[in-house]
Formats: sequence, structure tokens, C-alpha cells
Amino acid sequence: MFLGLSICRGFQTEKDSLRSLTVSTMIHSLFLINSSGDIFLEKHWKSVVSRSVCDYFFEAQERATEAENVPPVIPTPHHYLLSVYRHKIFFVAVIQTEVPPLFVIEFLHRVVDTFQDYFGVCSEPVIKDNVVVVYEVLEEMLDNGFPLATESNILKELIKPPTILRTVVNTITGSTNVGDQLPTGQLSVVPWRRTGVKYTNNEAYFDVIEEIDAIIDKSGSTITAEIQGVIDACVKLTGMPDLTLSFMNPRLLDDVSFHPCVRFKRWESERILSFIPPDGNFRLLSYHVSAQNLVAIPVYVKHNISFRDSSSLGRFEITVGPKQTMGKTIEGVTVTSQMPRGVLNMSLTPSQGTHTFDPVTKMLSWDVGKINPQKLPSLKGTMSLQAGASKPDENPTINLQFKIQQLAISGLKVNRLDMYGEKYKPFKGIKYMTKAGKFQVRT
Amino acid sequence: MTDSKYFTTTKKGEIFELKAELNSDKKEKKKEAVKKVIASMTVGKDVSALFPDVVNCMQTDNLELKKLVYLYLMNYAKSQPDMAIMAVNTFVKDCEDPNPLIRALAVRTMGCIRVDKITEYLCEPLRKCLKDEDPYVRKTAAVCVAKLHDINAQLVEDQGFLDTLKDLISDSNPMVVANAVAALSEIAESHPSSNLLDLNPQSINKLLTALNECTEWGQIFILDCLANYTPKDDREAQSICERVTPRLSHANSAVVLSAVKVLMKFMEMLSKDLDYYGTLLKKLAPPLVTLLSAEPELQYVALRNINLIVQKRPEVLKHEMKVFFVKYNDPIYVKLEKLDIMIRLASQANIAQVLAELKEYATEVDVDFVRKAVRAIGRCAIKVEQSAERCVSTLLDLIQTKVNYVVQEAIVVIKDIFRKYPNKYESVIATLCENLDSLDEPEARAAMIWIVGEYAERIDNADELLESFLEGFHDESTQVQLQLLTAIVKLFLKKPTETQELVQQVLSLATQDSDNPDLRDRGYIYWRLLSTDPVAAKEVVLAEKPLISEETDLIEPTLLDELICYIGTLASVYHKPPSAFVEGGRGVVHKSLPPRTASSESTESPETAPAGAPPGEQLDAVPTQGDLLGDLLNLDLGPPVSGPPLAASAVQMGAVDLLGGGLDSLIGATSFVAPPAAAVPANLGAPMGSGLSDLFDLTSGVGTLSGSYVAPKAVWLPAMKAKGLEISGTFTRQAGTISMDLQLTNKALQVMTDFAIQFNRNSFGLAPAAPLQVHAPLSPTQTVEISLPLSTAGSVMKTEPLNSLQVAVKNNIDVFYFSTLYPLHILFVEDGKMDRQMFLATWKDIPNENEAQFQIRDCPLNAEAVSSRLQSSNIFTVARRNVEGQDMLYQSLKLTNGIWVLAELRIQPGNPSFTLSLKCRAPEVSQHVYQAYETILKN
Repeated sequence: MFLGLSICRGFQTEKDSLRSLTVSTMIHSLFLINSSGDIFLEKHWKSVVSRSVCDYFFEAQERATEAENVPPVIPTPHHYLLSVYRHKIFFVAVIQTEVPPLFVIEFLHRVVDTFQDYFGVCSEPVIKDNVVVVYEVLEEMLDNGFPLATESNILKELIKPPTILRTVVNTITGSTNVGDQLPTGQLSVVPWRRTGVKYTNNEAYFDVIEEIDAIIDKSGSTITAEIQGVIDACVKLTGMPDLTLSFMNPRLLDDVSFHPCVRFKRWESERILSFIPPDGNFRLLSYHVSAQNLVAIPVYVKHNISFRDSSSLGRFEITVGPKQTMGKTIEGVTVTSQMPRGVLNMSLTPSQGTHTFDPVTKMLSWDVGKINPQKLPSLKGTMSLQAGASKPDENPTINLQFKIQQLAISGLKVNRLDMYGEKYKPFKGIKYMTKAGKFQVRT
Repeated sequence: MTDSKYFTTTKKGEIFELKAELNSDKKEKKKEAVKKVIASMTVGKDVSALFPDVVNCMQTDNLELKKLVYLYLMNYAKSQPDMAIMAVNTFVKDCEDPNPLIRALAVRTMGCIRVDKITEYLCEPLRKCLKDEDPYVRKTAAVCVAKLHDINAQLVEDQGFLDTLKDLISDSNPMVVANAVAALSEIAESHPSSNLLDLNPQSINKLLTALNECTEWGQIFILDCLANYTPKDDREAQSICERVTPRLSHANSAVVLSAVKVLMKFMEMLSKDLDYYGTLLKKLAPPLVTLLSAEPELQYVALRNINLIVQKRPEVLKHEMKVFFVKYNDPIYVKLEKLDIMIRLASQANIAQVLAELKEYATEVDVDFVRKAVRAIGRCAIKVEQSAERCVSTLLDLIQTKVNYVVQEAIVVIKDIFRKYPNKYESVIATLCENLDSLDEPEARAAMIWIVGEYAERIDNADELLESFLEGFHDESTQVQLQLLTAIVKLFLKKPTETQELVQQVLSLATQDSDNPDLRDRGYIYWRLLSTDPVAAKEVVLAEKPLISEETDLIEPTLLDELICYIGTLASVYHKPPSAFVEGGRGVVHKSLPPRTASSESTESPETAPAGAPPGEQLDAVPTQGDLLGDLLNLDLGPPVSGPPLAASAVQMGAVDLLGGGLDSLIGATSFVAPPAAAVPANLGAPMGSGLSDLFDLTSGVGTLSGSYVAPKAVWLPAMKAKGLEISGTFTRQAGTISMDLQLTNKALQVMTDFAIQFNRNSFGLAPAAPLQVHAPLSPTQTVEISLPLSTAGSVMKTEPLNSLQVAVKNNIDVFYFSTLYPLHILFVEDGKMDRQMFLATWKDIPNENEAQFQIRDCPLNAEAVSSRLQSSNIFTVARRNVEGQDMLYQSLKLTNGIWVLAELRIQPGNPSFTLSLKCRAPEVSQHVYQAYETILKN
């Protein structure tokens, strides 16, 4: 009996040790790769995975014509590579077992956001400049593949972001970036907020930012249009303030994603946002106004792009004008369009702004600026085509960027903001802005 | 003053210099040196040689320095296990530190040092940390258990850490709960059989409470854990769903998708009639749509999952078609996924929109995407029948653009549309043919050739078109070659007169000049078919094709159900169960959706009612033809075929002009020249059987009374059922010998040889007494008469009806089966006359219930004639009486198997109706004896 048991055990340990060769961690390793294919940072949370695993990624990178087209999930014989591409850097996570890919991708995005938060920008030189902090931060963010501290509030308590002042002070006093306080927030019922916050000026600002994604067809009618909205907040309030934010028209918000601080039940029953805010910058809410609701389209594009079979010249003419802007000015207008390959060059005259055409990438870009409704901006001229070539098959799509200040195109309006739990009177501010997201006009 | 300074190296040798700095007395210098070491490590330089020097820096009060050393340790301990022991003491000490941050850091780092030797030292500190007063330490320790388990599972079990971990599920701090769940899930994954996560309503409740309060990552762990639970009834499922739905509004997409998984799985248990079911369906759509406005990488994973969800529950997103419209600057991997979902959501209601979009996509720049878009139009046509016409006209529009790859894709999909809707859109063939020359891709060429072949009868110049392809036959890809071969054979079968040359050409190209085995094989098969049996060839080549449906691209339902359980995981991205790709298939348990179980109070929904098949009414029926044939198939058909295998002969003949005369004869409806091997008669040397001599006997005996009645030959096996072989026949009994007289007619266009016959077991043991002798090959239109002697010594099996006989006839073409009835009188033996006394005694002896009465109507004969006619068929009159003007004939007969039948035949002069009373110990034969009487008397 005893003998049998011990044999059994011996067998099991052997099996287990075999197994440990392949065993799981959520995220095994992280490689940071620039667009020219150099690995400039690697971090391993368990055993070291050889860089050669990235060869599979490089292959995929080569196959994809553009960096954006590298598939986010790449299988290799022993690993999976999950990647995100942001700020011209590939963040490639190596995983070995069945894990939720969204988990990994969300985490990678969080890494990017944290870097940006820490260093102002997220770029290869900046990461290289701050490699030790980067390494410390990554170590705090993930433990054995389990996310540990991903809220930047908490991270900043653990590892202080580098500032010029602190660097100077550190050199003089010999103190360090690493906080020696327990990140208290991590354990409280409000893990997103640290205790003992103090400000001399108490202020809470909210930005309602909406992006319109739209596809407009040739004739100018809307095929699909939807609004991605966010409410970003910058809250600098002393103590433990409890805020409520109410809307004039909360019915617009039927598809929302909240910051964990928002009390869901209160929203469900009263359509009021009630929350203890994190300290500093955070995204309170993101929402989506779907294509089924009627979405106002603030601009129109009149276009006449024609190729003739006989001639090697084509005509090009576009005009941009305001449509449903609720009386607000449209600014920061940029028009870009990928012209067909057959277009050799373009000779255009804008009524305002500047334009460029890159004969190699065939990318036309027109920086329009503000739209003056009295004098609509236009861009006219000719396109020269390859002599003798047949007329191009594809129709260029016009991509539009613009901004409208002081307008939430969905009509969303904040009714009031109240603060409970603290005695002082904060400064409050709400800003609205509408931007073009993926705004495309087909020709 | 940035960290990049750590990368500057001196010529002297980096490692050497760092070593000196690490051993410096100055704290500041030490720290800078460690930073340099870490920096080198980050970019993949090997600094493991500095291990002892770095470990020496570990005992410090400086938290940052400590952290840096820990970072270094985690990376290199594995490669320096002996050195790593040096660090143990510090870890143990740090685990006792008053600062919880240090305790947590120590326990965290400890677990990351994957060195067996030191794990044992870590158990005690870990045990303390699991019970630490500070939740931050506890939650870190929980993860450490999983790490340790990974290094040494037995140790963790022996130390009872698993139980401690289970206790942590009830911890007061939600983060500790979440980490405990995460650790247990990870351990459970490697021990699929263990019951670590023993979920019950109480623990589920704890998890649901923690779900609301823990971090987003913790929520994912808890939701994934919940998804493995199977609620006991629909009420519990609903209450869990209610508590999970708020997660759909979380900003973290992984939380949302994990929540969707739980809901999709538990929804399975809810009755569709429930109001809540509808509410839940409505709640699922917005978060899924929102995922599509996230970063493209998230979109991609979301789309792969949505693809599963719309297959399982199309109603969730049926109104959201527009969000799947492709933006021109979406990454290609997002575009393709969106396209796929658009087709899945396509319905009659939105097809116009979808088609307009697809047409737009077909003019985009990205060639791959354009192709997929054109294919999508074809899939729409197949999926939404009402839209087919629209799709076809859209495709025609696209063909008019003359963009090469668009035209080619369009032709490929039109081929499928033809198959799905036969005889509907063939009018467009002319347009397609116009583009024949521009096709340069194998798939498109093959599709076009298929169309020409399939509709050869409608295309006037089909032969010219196909001929034009034939010119470059050897440069074509296999796909095209195969299709061309088939198409030309089709054409030939449809228009034989004009295309002989073409078919010969393609057959010889395929069989002689090609080194592709598939092509050669197909060539030979067609050749053989055409030369042996054009009727069969037609049946095979022009057979009706099964319709195609859009189902072909759907995931098979059981796999789909399994994948629904894996929403949000890699399996959902690959649409394969984890067992199919997770390394080593370790710890993979197949998941399945929970069955719908209603709680006891609720009424049973109709779906759960057992749907038993209606009780079979045909259970008592006679065995079907199929069963009988099955029996026959088991028979050993002899004699064995002699001579070389047919295929071999065809190959030998390949070089000869096999079709030469054959094709002409097909047209002229005369016979094909048989391949030589087939012409070898199998039984040439076999001795003549007695059957033939019987035949002579028969002829000599015609007209005498010595033979029993012979029915005229009836067709037993029509030619159309036997590939041209017609068999008619009858049964005879002559001088005590039973024969089956057969007439074989060859109505095919080829020679038949190698005949053989076999009977199934039957009621009276009838069996051929000699092989079937056909002395010469049976040429087309030729008929041969054969008499096959039968014995009654075969094995006996009662048949239904009693006198049925199943026969198998084989020839060089195939084996054919038919069934016939034999008249019972062929079994009446010559010594069937009973003496009177015996007759009387037997008559009395046989119980009255065995007596059967029949009427024989319209028989003009008198008693004399009746008696003599019956006697020639071995029915003997034992006695004759005249009672009240009626003639009573008492008769006896005996069957081959010894059964006696006694009869009383009452004949009234002037009345053509006789009354027949039969008595037999086996009453079931009576009916057949009566039929024998009828037959004999009336013919």
C-alpha cells in the first residue's frame, strides 16, 4: 500500500516537472519592437523566452504591407504573440497557454497609457531614456502574469514618475524614485483613490468629447454614422469628495462603459453618475450613440473627380461646407485622400490652406483650417495620369478631420455637478468638443 | 540626466567595470551600478556573471536598491541556483519586516525564483504571509501559491497551501478573493480532474459579491471562474445573470467579453418565453457594438467572438448590421472579419444595404479585400434566396468593370450560384463567355470551364471554347486540367456527334502525356466508363449534384456550443477548441453548454418535453427489400473471375486507340469493341452441366404429359435495372427435375461475360444444381436461352411469401438482384399418390382447423379432364365419388420436402365454379397449392 502510494507520487512529480516546461503564465514576456524591426526592450515575468520567438512576428510584419495591418494574434509553434501597435511601437506579448487575448491586449494598452502618463510621450527614445523606471513599472504592473497595479494613481505612489526637479533633488539628497509607502488605495473600497489628498485650489473639470464615425456615399447621403463619446475628467479635490453628475438628456446614453468608480445601481435607477473620483486625470465614462439614432452630420463634401478614357488628364474638384453645426464654427479641417495608383501627379489650387500630393504614396492632403460659410474652401485642378493607361478602377475615398468647439454633436448636455462629503467649494468646468473620428466620403 | 547614461560603455570591458562599482563602499555608486546592470539586462545583454556581486547588495534598507536587486534575482536565479541560496536568508527576514510593502515584495519575488532547492525554504514565510493581517500581503501570497505550485506541485499539496487558498475565497477583501480565484483557476487548469474550485451556491454568492468590488482584472478572473459553474436550475442562472449584467458596462473590454461569455452560457438554461430572456438579449447588443469602436486589435478579437455569437444567437445583433460596415482605413484583418459577419447577418430585410456596401468594397484598392467582397456577394446570393437575382445582377455589373481580378472572382461565385439555383440564371452565361480570355487564375478558369461543361447543351460553341483551353493543357494547373477533362466528357455525353475528337484528345492528354496521378486516374476512369457503359457514364458524369447551401461555412453546432463556452479566449479567436492547439493538450476538458433545467415550480417548457418518435407501425411488416438484398450481398458469388484485372488491361490498351471504333458505335448504336481482357470468357473450359441435357430432354418431351405445366417466361429483371442485361424466365418440372428456364438478353452496347447465379436461402431449399453456363460472351442485342437445373438440397429458410426466391446474377459488369415467385407445383413430386385407406385416415387425422376452402371459378373442364390435367402436374386423384350430381375428387400431392397435401375438389356439372378443400399439416402451404390448382386448371 505504502509502496504503491510512493510510486504513484514519484510518477506524479515527474509528470509535473515535465509539465512545468510548458506551464502557464498569463503574459510570459514582453518585447518592444520599433517599426524597423529592432527589439529595444524585453521583459520576462517568468523564465526567459528567447528573442528568436519574435522572428514569427517579423515574418508577419514583412507580409503586412503596413504596420497597422500586422495581425494582432500570431501563433508560433510553442507560443502565441499578441501585439498592439501604438506610437509607432509594437508591444508584443508572448503567451504560452490559453488566456483571454483581450485581457492581454487591454493590458498592453494599459502599459502604453502608463508610459504616456509617466513620461509625457511614449516613444522609443523616451523609453530608452527611462529604462529603469520602465522596468520597475512593468514589474509592478504584472506579477507572475497577473496584473498587479495598473491604475496610474497607485503606480505613481509606488514608483514616482521622473521629473526634472525630482532628478535634481534625488542627486543631491540621494533619495529615490521608489515610494516607501504602502499603496493604500489598492486595498480600500475605493482602490482608485489614495487617501490624504490635499489641494489649495480645488477644481473639477470635465471634457465631453465626441467623435463622429461616418460613411457618406457618392451622392452625399449617410450610409452609417455613429458617435463615440467620452467624458474625461481632471479632478483635483481635497479629501474624499463624492460627486454626482446629472444630464439634461440622459436617455442618449444607452450604451455606456464606466470607470469602476461609478455606482452602477444609481445610474440604473436614476440615470445619475455618482462617484468618488480618482485623483487627477481619468476617463469617467465612454459612450456610444449608435447608427440607429439619427446622427447630425456637421460637414459636407462636394466632389467631382473624373477620369476620361481618352485623355491622360483627370479633373479634380472638391468643396467643403458646413451642414448641421448648430451655429458653431468648424475648424482644424484636414482632407486626405488616397489617390489611385494610376495618378502620376496633381496640379491643384486651393482657395485656402495648403495642400500636398505625394507622387510615391499617392496621398493627397489638404490642410484647410477654418470653414467660412460665406466663402467655402475648395480645391480644384487636374490630375495627370499615366499616358496610355486605362482609367483607374478604384474610386478614391476622402477622409475628413475637423473639430467643433463647444458642441457635443449628439446633443448631450450636463445638467449639474454636485459635491458631497467635503465642505469646500470647488471650481467646476464643463467643456464640449466634437471631432471627426473615421469620417469618410466615398466618391 | 536620464537612464540612457546607463547604456554608455567604456572600452575597458563593461562587466569588469560594473563589478568594481558594485563592490564600492559608496551606497550611491552601488545603486548606480545596479541600475546599469538592470539596464543591460533589459536590452538582453547577459550580465549573469555579476550574480554574486549583485546579491551582495541585497541587504539594504534602501527600497529602490532592494527592488532592483530583486529584479535582477528573478531574471538570473535560475541560471545560478547555488548562488540563489545566498538570497534565501534575506527573503525570510524581509517576510518579517514591519513594512507590509516589503513583506509583499519579498513573498512576490520569492515565488519568481524558480529554483527547486530554495522553494522548501520558502514554505514557512509563505504560510505566514497567507495569514498576514495586511490584505495586500495576503493577495500577493495567494498568487505566490500558484507560482510555487508551478515549480513543485507536490510540495504545495503537502504543505496544505491549497486549502489555505480555498479559504481565501471567503476573505473579507475582494482583491484577495479575486487573486485566490485566479490562483486556483491557474492551478486547476493544470489539474483538470481535481476539484479545486468546488463551486456551490454559497461560494458563487461570495464571488458575485467580490465581483462588484475588485479590480477589473480580478473581475475577469471571477467571471471566467463563474463561467465554469453550472447553475442547478433556471432561477439560479437568472439570478447570476442579473448580477453579472452590470459588468457589460465596464470600460475594460476583457471584462465585457468575459461577462458576455457567462451570459451566453447561462442563457442556454433560460426559457425563451421568459421576459427576462428577451431583456438579456437586448442588453447584449450595445456592449458588443461598443467593442467595435475600440482599438483595432481589440476589435479583431471582439469580431472573432461576435462571429460565434451571431451564429449561436443571430437575434442579438440582427439590427446592428451597419456597425459592421467597413471603413476604408480599418486594418485588413478587421475588414475581413467584418465582411464575414456582414454575410452572417444578411437577411432579406437588409440585403439591399449589404449589397450596396459590398459593391462599394469591390472598387477598393486592396486587392485581397476586393476579392473577398466579391465572394461575399456570392455568399449572400446563396444565403438569401430572394436576393439571388439582385446579387447576380450586381456581379454582372462588376464583370462589366472588366477589372481583371474582380471578373475572375465574380465567375467563381457565379458558378456556386448556378449550383444553388439550377436553371435560373443561365441566361448570363453569354456574358461570362465574353470574358473567357481575360481569365488567368486557375480557380476562375476552372470555374468557367465547369460552367461551359455543365451547360454545354446551351452554349452553341461550347466545343470551341473548351478546345481553346485544350491548346495549353499541360501549362494549366491541375485544378484546371481536371475540370477541363470533366467538362469535355460532359460535353461529349451531351453532344456526342461533334465532339469525339475532342474527347479523345483530352483523354489521351490526361492519360498519356500527364504525370499527375489524379489526372491520369480520372482520365482512365472516364475512358473505361465511356468504353464499357455509356449509359452508366452518363449516370455518373451527369448525375444530379447535391445542392450547396450557406450552411457549409457555418461552424458545426456541437463545436459552436463548445466554443461559446470559450468566448474571449484564444479558442474563440481560432474557432477551434483548446484541445486542438494548446500545447500538449494538457488539462483540457471539453466544455459544454448547460442543459436547460427548469426549477421545480416552473412549468416545463415545450422544448424540454421528450420528443419520442411516433411508435413504429411498420415493425411487424415483412422484411424490406433492402434487408433481403443485404442477405444476398453476403452470398459468395462464384465462380471467381479469371483473367487479368480489368483496369490493368485498360492501362495496357491506353496506347492503342481504345475508343476508335467505340465512339463510332456509340453514335451508330452498335456495340463497342470490348477490351480484350473483358472478352475472355471466364468459364470457357468448364464442363457442360446437366442442365443442358435436361434442356434437350425438355424439347424432346414437349407435348407429352410427362411434364408439369410451364408458365410462359416473364421478365424478372428489366434491362434498365441491370445495366442492359434483361432476364426473363420460368420454372419447369420435367421427369422429377426442377429447372429454371432463363432467357438472357444483352440490351447494352457492350459484351457481357462471366455470368454466375446464386439463390438466397428459401422455404424449400431450392438451389442451382449446376453453374450458370453461358458458353459464349453475350454480344449486344444477342439473346441466350439457358435451363438451369435446380435441386432442393439447398439450405432452408422460410420466406415471405412462402414461394418467393431471391436471385443474384453476376456478369462482368456488376451483380444484379431480383426476386421472383415460383409456382408451388414444381415441387409436387411424382410419388405423390396416397392410397385410399391412408388418405381417409390422414384426412381424419388432420384437425379441421387446418382445412382451407377455396373457389376455383370459370373453369370449363369436366371432372375427367381436371383429373388428367392435374395428374400431369403430380396431383393425383385418389378417389372419385358422385354425390347428388356433384363430382367429388379426392386428391393427394406431396411436396419435395415430404409435406402431404390432401384435397377435396367438388365439381358441379354446368357450374364452372369448383370448390376446393385442402387439408395439410402445414396449413400455410394451402394457399399456394390453391394457386397451383388455379394455374394448372386455367392454362
